[in-house]
Amino acid sequence: MKRITRWGGLLACLCLLYGCQQPSSPSGAASTPSQSTAQSSESLPEEVAMLTHAPEVPPPITRKSPAKVVVKMEVRELQGELANGVSYTYWTFGGQVPGQFIRIREGDHVEFHLQNHPDSKMPHNIDLHAVTGPGGGAEASFTAPGHESIFAFKALNPGLYVYHCATAPVGMHIANGMYGLILVEPEAGLPKVDREYYVMQSEFYTKGKFGAPGLQPFSMEKALEEHADYVVFNGSVGSMVDEKALTAKVGETVRLYVGNGGPNLTSSFHVIGEIFDKVYTEGGTSVNQNVQTTLIPAGGSSIVEFKLEAPGTLVLVDHAIFRAFNKGALGMMKVEGEENPLVYSGKQKDIVYLPEGSAVQDIPGEPAPAPPTASNKEERVASGQVIYKRNCAACHQVDGSGIKGAFPPLAKADFITSPSVVAETVANGLTGEIRVNGEIYNGVMPKLSLSDEEIANVSTYVVNSWGNKGGEVTPGDVAKVKK
Amino acid sequence: MGTQVIETLLLLTLSLLGSGQDSSLVFIPGGEMTPFYSVGSQQVRVEPFLLEAYPVTNAQFLRFVLRNPKWRRSQVQRVFAEKNYLAHWTGDLSFPPELADRPVVNISWFAARAFGQSIDRRLPTQDEWELAAQASETSPQGSDDPDFRQRILTWYSRPTANVPIPVGSVFQNVYGVHDLHGLIWEWVEDYNTVLVTGDSRGDGELNRQMYCAAGVSGTLDPGDYAAYMRYGFRSSLGPNYTVKNLGFRCAADMAWKEER
Repeated sequence: MKRITRWGGLLACLCLLYGCQQPSSPSGAASTPSQSTAQSSESLPEEVAMLTHAPEVPPPITRKSPAKVVVKMEVRELQGELANGVSYTYWTFGGQVPGQFIRIREGDHVEFHLQNHPDSKMPHNIDLHAVTGPGGGAEASFTAPGHESIFAFKALNPGLYVYHCATAPVGMHIANGMYGLILVEPEAGLPKVDREYYVMQSEFYTKGKFGAPGLQPFSMEKALEEHADYVVFNGSVGSMVDEKALTAKVGETVRLYVGNGGPNLTSSFHVIGEIFDKVYTEGGTSVNQNVQTTLIPAGGSSIVEFKLEAPGTLVLVDHAIFRAFNKGALGMMKVEGEENPLVYSGKQKDIVYLPEGSAVQDIPGEPAPAPPTASNKEERVASGQVIYKRNCAACHQVDGSGIKGAFPPLAKADFITSPSVVAETVANGLTGEIRVNGEIYNGVMPKLSLSDEEIANVSTYVVNSWGNKGGEVTPGDVAKVKK
Repeated sequence: MGTQVIETLLLLTLSLLGSGQDSSLVFIPGGEMTPFYSVGSQQVRVEPFLLEAYPVTNAQFLRFVLRNPKWRRSQVQRVFAEKNYLAHWTGDLSFPPELADRPVVNISWFAARAFGQSIDRRLPTQDEWELAAQASETSPQGSDDPDFRQRILTWYSRPTANVPIPVGSVFQNVYGVHDLHGLIWEWVEDYNTVLVTGDSRGDGELNRQMYCAAGVSGTLDPGDYAAYMRYGFRSSLGPNYTVKNLGFRCAADMAWKEER
C-alpha cells in the first residue's frame, strides 16, 4: 500500500518540486558540454557573451552570421538595499536584480553555463523564454549549491524574452529577484538608435509594510494574496532617480528594453512626458506606433522607442499609479538640450500624476513602530533627510530642484520665507496657484499623514539644505500651524 | 607506527574537545502523516523510530574517518564523494578546533550512510525526517503554525553562513530533537525517491506530462513553501554531492537497543 501511496504523490508533485527539470546526473556530468551542440556548432565562430547589469545594455550585434555564444551566469544569494533603510536578501542572476542582460542573434547557438555559488542556500535553475524545449532550459540547468550546469540551445525566434528561475517553489524564487531579459536580435538586426537602456519591473512582498526599516524577510502570505509592498524598476526603490537617472539628449532616439519579472502584477508601462513612437508589442515582431502606455504581462516584455523633442525630466512609471508614487515604480530620464517652447507648451503639466506621499499608506490595526525622537537640530536634519527621500523626493527631487512647470523647487526657494512655511505646507497641504522663484505653479500638494515629529524633522531638513536659510522646526511649532 | 601515535593523540584531543558530543537517540512516536507530496488525503504510516538529538559534528566525523581511512579526504573515491568533500577541513584528520561542535557539512550521501552503518545506525527516511521536523517547541504539528513556518522560511531565504553555528543552538522541538530547522540541510535515506524512479531519462516523459505547475493542485498545501524548498533542495542532489550547508544525523529502528 505504501508503494502505491507514494506513487500517487510522485505523480502529483514531480514537476513542481522539481521546477520542470530532470535530475542532474549524480556523477557530476554537468561539467561537460553537450556533445550534440558541439557537433552542430563546431564550425561556428565562438564568442563569450558580454553581460550587463541594468540599466546598461550590451552593444548591438554587428555579425551578419550565426555564432556559438558562451553565456556564463553566476547565481548569488545576497543582501541588498530594497529602499532607503530597507534591506532584503535577493536571489540573483549575476549578483544584481534584475539579472544580467543577454544579447544574442537569431540563429546563434548558445552554450549556457549556470553556476550556483557555494554560499547559496538553495538549488536554482533557469527557464529562458527564448528557448524552445522542455522547461526553457530549466530541466537541464537544475543546479545544487556549489555546482555548475551546462546546456545548449539554438535561438530560433527573434524577440525580447524574460528568463527566470523555475525551481520550486517557483513563486518564491521569482519573488526574491530571479529574472532578467535576453534579447534575440533578428537576423537583419534592429534599427539603429542613439541610446538603449534595460528596465525591468517587479514586485516584492515583505513582512513589514512599505518603508519598514531593517532586513525584511519575504512574506509568503502577501505573495499568495498578491499584495505587493514594493513595485520597483531594476530591483529597488530609487534605482533610476536623480544621480542614477537615465540620461539622453534632445534629438536622440532612445530604445528601452522593458521586462516584467512579476511575479504577479501586470505593468501599465508609461513614460510621463513622452509618447512611444514605436512599441514592439510584447517584445515580439509587430510594431505599434504612437502608444501612450503599453501593457507588459508578468513574464513578458516590450521594446519601446521614442525620439526626444524637448529637454527636461521624463518619469518612467507603472501607470497603475499608486504603485508609482507609493510603492516605488518610478524612474527618471534626464534629457538635456535646447529648450523648445513650441513642443513644451500645454500638456506638459499633468495634475493626475501628482504624488501622494507614501506615508498615507498606514494600514489600520498595524501600529507603526514608534519613530525615534530627535533631541537636537542635527538629529532632526538626519531623520528629516530619510523622511524627505521617502515622501518628497519623488516630486521635489533629492536635490530640492523640483521639476520645472510641475513641482516647485525647494532649493533656494523664495516661497520659503520662514521655517514654519514648510511645516505648514507639509502639515496642511497646499492647493492653487503659487509663484516660486519667478515660475507659476498651479497644483495640489496633498496633506501628508506624518506625525508632528516627522513634519518637524523634514521641515528642519529642508530649511537647512541646498542653500536655504536654516532654522529649526519643533513638533510644538508643527502643532501650532496644523489645521 | 607514527601514524598510530598521531591517531591516539587525536583521539585524546577529541575527548578533551568533548567530542563525545551527545549522540543520544530520541524516541519519535510514529503516526499517520500526510506528506507534502500527498494527493488529497493520502497518508503515510510512519512507524515509531529513534532519531539522534543533534546533527553529527565534525568531531564525531573525525572519529569515524580515523577508524575508516577510506573515508578520509585524500582517499575517498570520487564516485562516493566529489572533490569538495570535507572541504572545510584542513587535512585528512584535522580541522580548525572551533569547528569541533559544529555540524559536519560538505558530506556526501554515501559518506553519511557509511557513518551510520559504522555505529549500527542509518539515515532517517524522508517521511521520518519530515514527521519529526513538523514539530515545533510546543507542538508535534508546529507546521500548522504560521509563525513557525515563517521562521523556517526566513532561514531558508538567507545565504549560507560561512561557518555553521554549534549544534544545539537553534531550537529543541517537543520531542527533544534539536536544530531540525535553522542550522543546516540534512541528508535523508531516500532523498530523491519522490522525484526519481531510477533511470532519470525514463522520468523525462513523466516529467513533461506533469509540466511545471501541474502538480500544484495536487499538493496538499501549496502554501507550505518551506516544505517545497526542502523537497526541491533534495531533488537537486546526487549521492556523491557535497554542499556547504548539507550535513546529516542518524536514526535507528525501535529494536536498536536490544540489538546492541
